[in-house]
Amino acid sequence: MGMITITFIQPDGAQTVATAKPGGSLMQAAVDHGVKGIIGECGGSMACATCHCHVDSGWRNRTGAMSPGEADMLELSADEVRPESRLACQITLTPELDGLVIRLPEQAGT
Amino acid sequence: MKVVVVGAGQAGAAAAARLRALGHQGPIVVIGDEPLPPYQRPPLSKRYLLGEIAPDRLFLRSQAFWADQGVELLLDHQAVAIDRARREVRLRGGVIAYDALILATGSEPRQLPSSIGGALPNVHSVRRVADIDRLAPQMVEGRRLLVVGGGYIGLELAAVARKLGLDVTVVEAAPRILGRVAAPETANFIRNLHQANGVLFIEDVELERLTGDTAVTGARLADGREIAADLAVVGIGATPATALAEASGLEVDNGIVVDEYGRTSDPVIWAAGDCALLPFRGQQIRLESVQNAIDQGEAVAANILGANVPYVPKPWFWSDQYDLKLQIAGLNLGHDRVVVRPVPNPSHWYFAGDQLLAVDALGDARAYMIGKRLIEASRTADPSVLADPAADLKALL
Repeated sequence: MGMITITFIQPDGAQTVATAKPGGSLMQAAVDHGVKGIIGECGGSMACATCHCHVDSGWRNRTGAMSPGEADMLELSADEVRPESRLACQITLTPELDGLVIRLPEQAGT
Repeated sequence: MKVVVVGAGQAGAAAAARLRALGHQGPIVVIGDEPLPPYQRPPLSKRYLLGEIAPDRLFLRSQAFWADQGVELLLDHQAVAIDRARREVRLRGGVIAYDALILATGSEPRQLPSSIGGALPNVHSVRRVADIDRLAPQMVEGRRLLVVGGGYIGLELAAVARKLGLDVTVVEAAPRILGRVAAPETANFIRNLHQANGVLFIEDVELERLTGDTAVTGARLADGREIAADLAVVGIGATPATALAEASGLEVDNGIVVDEYGRTSDPVIWAAGDCALLPFRGQQIRLESVQNAIDQGEAVAANILGANVPYVPKPWFWSDQYDLKLQIAGLNLGHDRVVVRPVPNPSHWYFAGDQLLAVDALGDARAYMIGKRLIEASRTADPSVLADPAADLKALL
């Protein structure tokens, strides 16, 4: 069964390539691979906004719609919010996301 | 320097991972009494109980992570004693030497005494994966669940049980549910939500005993009422796991006593998470929350390596019940009034004089995030803005 490959790109250009099974969250894949900047303090409950990421253009129509309340959480996250901002815990990895590119926002205070 | 961590839960995992992240090269051994690598507990009473996720989705890190980081996990091992003079942890059938020791033993669910039926079959606690593996097959549509205790565990279980089609009765000995942790305004909102979903509440009555012989059949209350049930879940609080610390002579008092750095009464022994009693605003408290377990575990790791940074908890908490996300920031201990934001998804703001202490946000993520920001910055909020449904809370920042 196909694993999903995700490339995480840090503000300084450093990359981490992660592979994960479909069905899990993007946040979990990031945490499993120690991707800096994705913390997921609340374990994916959309209660902390520490899994804030930017979905690269071209992928945004495949990552699904925002969850109710997600926009509110993002708006008030500490990091730079952009139109492509999502909470990684709210993105479920599907086969269409194989090759997904994610950028990490500049982190305030770290 | 060899660091040994007793406890492979949220705090133990956070401490071990942080030690490596800070550049510590010496050996790290994490001892856990469950046969699973460190995992997150909150989904146990929610998605895991509903059967929506497998155990490996609970793991805090992949198995490979610990190996890659050179952290040795000794799983399914019980630490039986600490020999502080020799600086050794004794396991059944082995001894592990330490230079620094972190106690992250967590807390245990309080049990009803067996003299009043607490040990009857089909009476369940909620703490470990194994507890839920035993409970889940019993959560069958049409069965009657008795929930003893109207705290977060009980309420989350009630919500899941209703979703699965069980009849649910919640019995709470205190005058109202969530009495220890939230104002009447919050308790009322939560009670209404559960009642709208068909849960029956009995508050302000003590449980006399659970009834049954070969399995639990219900309960008898102090006022003589009998409740019939097919299974029971007991959520009446947790006690810190301090036996190991106490037996070794460390200072213990409803928790392993630590200073603001997380150090116990022994200079090379530290404690973090549910088991620790720490200083906060002039008092000694325990904080049973994921956030504290992580933050205090990380603080202890840094301080073991000489950072000397006091740990200041940022208490926040959440609970998912039905479609409601209850989010709480701050500690409302010592509040003298509650300001209600009167919107369909209300928030309840706790003040002591002019000082904003905490907020309960009931399905309003914005209110929660704004409140959290203010509380963490020790700023206050204008009650007239909070109480005005038309006002944008962002103006408070």
